[in-house]
Amino acid sequence: MDIVYYLVQNMLPVAIPLLLVALGGMFSERSGVINIGLEGIMLFGAYFGALFVYNVQGSSMGPQTILLLGMVIAGLAGFVYSLLLSFASVTMKANQVISGTALNMLIPAAVLLFSKMFFNSDGITTNKNFYIREIPILGDIPVLGQLFFQKTYLTVMIGFVFLAIATIVLYKTRFGLRLRACGEHPHAADFVGINVHKMRYAGVSISGVLAGIGGFFYSVGVMDGNVNGHTGVAGFGFLALAVMIFGQWKPLRIMFAALFFAFLRTLAYSVSLIPFLFNLGINQTYYKMLPYLATMLVLALTSRKSRAPKAEGIPYDKSQR
Amino acid sequence: MKDKKDASSKTKFDLKKITQLKGYSSFTSALMAIFLGLVFGFLVMLFANPGSAVAGFRYVVIGGLRRIGDVFYFATPILMTGLAVGFAFKMGLFNIGASGQYTMGVFFALYVSFMWDLPPGIHWVVAILAGMVGGMIWGFIPGFFKAFLNVNEVITSIMFNYIGMYLVDMLIQGNAMMYVSSTTRTRYVPMGAQIPSLGISGSNVNMGIIIGIVIAVILYIVLQKTTFGYELKATGFNKFASEYAGMQGKKNIILAMVISGGLAGLGGAFLILAPSGIAGSSMTYEPINIIAANGFNGIAVSLLGNSHPLGIIFSAVFISHIQRGGTLASLVGYKPEIIDVVIAVIIYFSAFAMIMKSSVSEFIKKKLGKKQIQVPKEAE
Repeated sequence: MDIVYYLVQNMLPVAIPLLLVALGGMFSERSGVINIGLEGIMLFGAYFGALFVYNVQGSSMGPQTILLLGMVIAGLAGFVYSLLLSFASVTMKANQVISGTALNMLIPAAVLLFSKMFFNSDGITTNKNFYIREIPILGDIPVLGQLFFQKTYLTVMIGFVFLAIATIVLYKTRFGLRLRACGEHPHAADFVGINVHKMRYAGVSISGVLAGIGGFFYSVGVMDGNVNGHTGVAGFGFLALAVMIFGQWKPLRIMFAALFFAFLRTLAYSVSLIPFLFNLGINQTYYKMLPYLATMLVLALTSRKSRAPKAEGIPYDKSQR
Repeated sequence: MKDKKDASSKTKFDLKKITQLKGYSSFTSALMAIFLGLVFGFLVMLFANPGSAVAGFRYVVIGGLRRIGDVFYFATPILMTGLAVGFAFKMGLFNIGASGQYTMGVFFALYVSFMWDLPPGIHWVVAILAGMVGGMIWGFIPGFFKAFLNVNEVITSIMFNYIGMYLVDMLIQGNAMMYVSSTTRTRYVPMGAQIPSLGISGSNVNMGIIIGIVIAVILYIVLQKTTFGYELKATGFNKFASEYAGMQGKKNIILAMVISGGLAGLGGAFLILAPSGIAGSSMTYEPINIIAANGFNGIAVSLLGNSHPLGIIFSAVFISHIQRGGTLASLVGYKPEIIDVVIAVIIYFSAFAMIMKSSVSEFIKKKLGKKQIQVPKEAE
């Protein structure tokens, strides 16, 4: 049972960045823009979040306050950076995959450049501890308390709040309906008076905010406060895209997909703690490949009846109506 | 007056003919993207250290000329990954997995050069071919997933970048013939398996670049002059129409990805089998769980060359050139990463350079048009 507690406690901080970024990708694609630049946006947000934490970690602010403020900064940074993608792919009607790739290439190099210039290292390491040993009251609930409210991060709870908000926005608001219309049939949406370009800017911007926050949460919950240009966010932006496809562009399903991958990844990194797996004597590298292989397997099984937004990836051109 | 008008309209016509050529248009838009990227790089340099910005920028722009051999040496792998990405792009496939295919090429080439005992004359040839096969296998997988399981090739090839990277690092670390754990690198490739050097003094340029250019020309011919190339491009333009016309879309997708992967694998082989500056030694591979950067640089090379095989030759040399320049810029205190920033900016702009250029040229045309009206007035 201790192993189960351990796995769940370690899985959640990994699952939350995936969940948030995949939700971001969902908003972007539902509006009709493929956001392959999530990886770069994550790193950008994470770097600004870490920069903020680095500058205030000496002050008397409580760690959770710093975390929340850092989250806001990371989200803003992600928003600003995602504007580059919106400008290229919505206003300039450029190839969305190419502009996203350019965003991905830019940030690791820029982070390395900036850090080498000002910190003389490959990135930033903050030493603020955001870890929560036990949340009062909730942590005392017998099984659930141990699973979800002990040895965790505030990021986990925030992540689920964002999930709830995202679900409501997408399905229960006028904005969500319009956004989805732009991803399915932009010409029809335009015909009934929706500004497709505006909606797409909104979709990409939401994805920028969520990816920026996701990147910051990744650096907090997975990397222990380190952000550097070499490992970046270790492909989490791309994994999030896979999670989004596996989740069929639907919030709840995306959550389950994110938990699934996070579980496999946590398993891969804690093989030595689980006697049964350790005694099998399999090279640990195989376990590290496992999340990626599982992604492929799942996609192979589910993609035939894929429900991708119909107009995703196609720049909207009014004259083609 | 009438003659003048005729003459001007004639030259205008000729100019139009040239400017309307597809190649010209993509060439100028690439130039414009490069220009904007370099300007951005210069601004970053100014911001970082105003004093030596001009000197540093000079190194970036013309520094590579003094090391032309090295430029070609480092251009070889990115030429191949660029061709790989470009070839798949002709068919509408975005092969972001060139890194993984390239890494597999490295491994297969290493395996043959260490584990097989072959006569010196053909050992390197076999090792190169092995690298190609390695890349082909890794390119086949996304092709198969795309054709038969409807999985987007971007996702598949990204996943297989990671799988390939972990796999290769594990296999190399577990092989005592290749790996020296004290230096955390592979051994030097045996002499017989190294690609023959071209013998230009002061540089490591080798046969690889020549083979690469020949392959680029062959690809050009395949794309322009064969039915297969035509089918590839047709499928790239409109998948459904080409299927309706009787082309086998699925077979072509897999073939294109296999060829693309093979090209990237060749890039890996050319890198790892290349003789290095130290006499008698070669390049070595360090398994450190990092996705090979040359694969992503291949994307940059391909986009800059507009996915055209001959354009890619020039863009590979250009990117290698400014990379050398970036290394030289560290002489005046700049970090070489600045070049990666510049390349990314170039790619960002080249994504919509065509559109940007058409609006700029319209602007210029308007200006020129006004002038042409004004000139005869002054003459009178």
